[in-house]
Amino acid sequence: MAITRKDIEHIAHLARLEVSDAEVPAYADKLDKIIGFIDTLEQAETAGLQPMAHPLQMSQRLREDAVTATDQRDHYQQNAAETTDGLYIVPRVVE
Amino acid sequence: MQWEVVIGLEIHAQLATQSKIFSGASTAYGAAPNTQADLVTLGYPGVLPVLNQDVVVMAAKFGLAVDATVAPRSVFARKNYFYPDLPKGYQISQYELPIVEHGHIDLTLDDGSVKRVGITRAHLEEDAGKSLHENLDGKTGIDLNRAGTPLLEIVSEPDIRSAKEAVNYMRRIHQIVRYLGISDGNMQEGSFRCDANVSVRPRGQEEFGTRTEIKNLNSFRFVEKAINFEIERQIEVLEDGGKIVQETRLYDSDRDETRSMRGKEEANDYRYFPDPDLLPVEISPEFLAAVKSAMPELPQAKADRLIEQYGLKAAEVEVLTASRAMADYFEAVAASADAQLAANWVCGELSGALNKDNVDITDSRVDAAALAQLIQRISDNTISGKIAKEVFAAMWAGEGGADEIIAAKGLKQITDSGAIEAVVDQVIADNPDQVQQFRDGKDKVLGFFVGKVMQATQGKANPGQVNQMLRDKLKS
Repeated sequence: MAITRKDIEHIAHLARLEVSDAEVPAYADKLDKIIGFIDTLEQAETAGLQPMAHPLQMSQRLREDAVTATDQRDHYQQNAAETTDGLYIVPRVVE
Repeated sequence: MQWEVVIGLEIHAQLATQSKIFSGASTAYGAAPNTQADLVTLGYPGVLPVLNQDVVVMAAKFGLAVDATVAPRSVFARKNYFYPDLPKGYQISQYELPIVEHGHIDLTLDDGSVKRVGITRAHLEEDAGKSLHENLDGKTGIDLNRAGTPLLEIVSEPDIRSAKEAVNYMRRIHQIVRYLGISDGNMQEGSFRCDANVSVRPRGQEEFGTRTEIKNLNSFRFVEKAINFEIERQIEVLEDGGKIVQETRLYDSDRDETRSMRGKEEANDYRYFPDPDLLPVEISPEFLAAVKSAMPELPQAKADRLIEQYGLKAAEVEVLTASRAMADYFEAVAASADAQLAANWVCGELSGALNKDNVDITDSRVDAAALAQLIQRISDNTISGKIAKEVFAAMWAGEGGADEIIAAKGLKQITDSGAIEAVVDQVIADNPDQVQQFRDGKDKVLGFFVGKVMQATQGKANPGQVNQMLRDKLKS
């Protein structure tokens, strides 16, 4: 399967990555190779196997339902670009 | 053309845990912005989610309650999209292997028939934060307290055929999650909300029409109105020769209409994949058996039992089983008072007072023991049913218990037949015209005499005795 310019632009948009026109052929080439590896993987016989959800052969550990976190808002918000009245401020997201 | 409506609902029930689904931050409602947003909630690099065991128990309870399969193995997946109220850039949800699948509930329709609605699946996921746009200088403010709150998304089959059925279904799910104690179901606070997928097709047609999705309906009334508006809109578009566009719409309750959410709908491309930070959730038969043994009695089973055990009517039982708290209250009253009277009082005066003052049964100003005492006083003829209403009003107003109020206000019924007879004789002597009318066959006049006697005794005469005595005396 050949990765097209359109595919690269679409994937870059979904990931919110800026990819210049000049970079597109290089990415298309690399992704093509990755897809090629997957084509090889697909030749493996997998009928009757349960799809693997995680490389570790373990099940999820559960924690007790208890509040253990304390309010450290002021501390965390020192890393924010902008805050007002405890809110994180971002550019307007609705018209 | 005859149109058939096809509806499927996705209900989001917020699970009633203390802490978030993947971290130890509090889920309490109404806290100051971001005071319950810890590092996991904020999506800091390097943090790891650790699953809350109670959400697994709660999802399993729901699965058992709707006769579903509780998956022995379910998997969390990342749903990728960018929005500021989702700091990680993905929502942890379940996709291919949800925790609950293939359930159903049976609805009783208006004509008494039973309709089964399938539940395709119910999966666990985390809620997003909240965006605020008011008074922020043209910017957006983000509050992440709600982010990471556990949700159970309950997806129905497209089995629903009208807005009314949709509300019926939603009420049943609401009742079940509250009985199970897995969600407080508070719709004002957004703990229970729903998206509706609506389409129409010519009656008899096999394939579905193009559907639209109405987002974030947070009251039963809005669900009904939004769906009805959308049905009308779609039929009108189709009858004008137009086509339905598959899109997300928002319901505007002020204008009672649905509106397209985005001008240019970008096809969703969430690129789900198993979350490498979380291992598969395994539920053993022993775990499931333990959950099952701790299940409370469910609404339908409770209704059947109340009818059987107390000989009540279906309509009464429907009111009494509306919530677990209501049913518990009734049974506490019925434990020490006549069950039929208990049902009448809980469905009547008590429900009326609760509604009027907008008080929940759990905060009732007259508790079950107090109501039972009042009913005992009716049963043992201390007071009449009519006087009991007066006593109840005083109890509701906080004037004390039934016995206290009866004594303080001198409301004890007069059962001394000599005393009643004196009043009856006086009333008959005072109203010769009405006596004649009665003797001429105008039976209704009896009511007039009863009224007079009651008036003279301030309602304290035993009504049964008064009736009997009047009849005897007027006939002779």
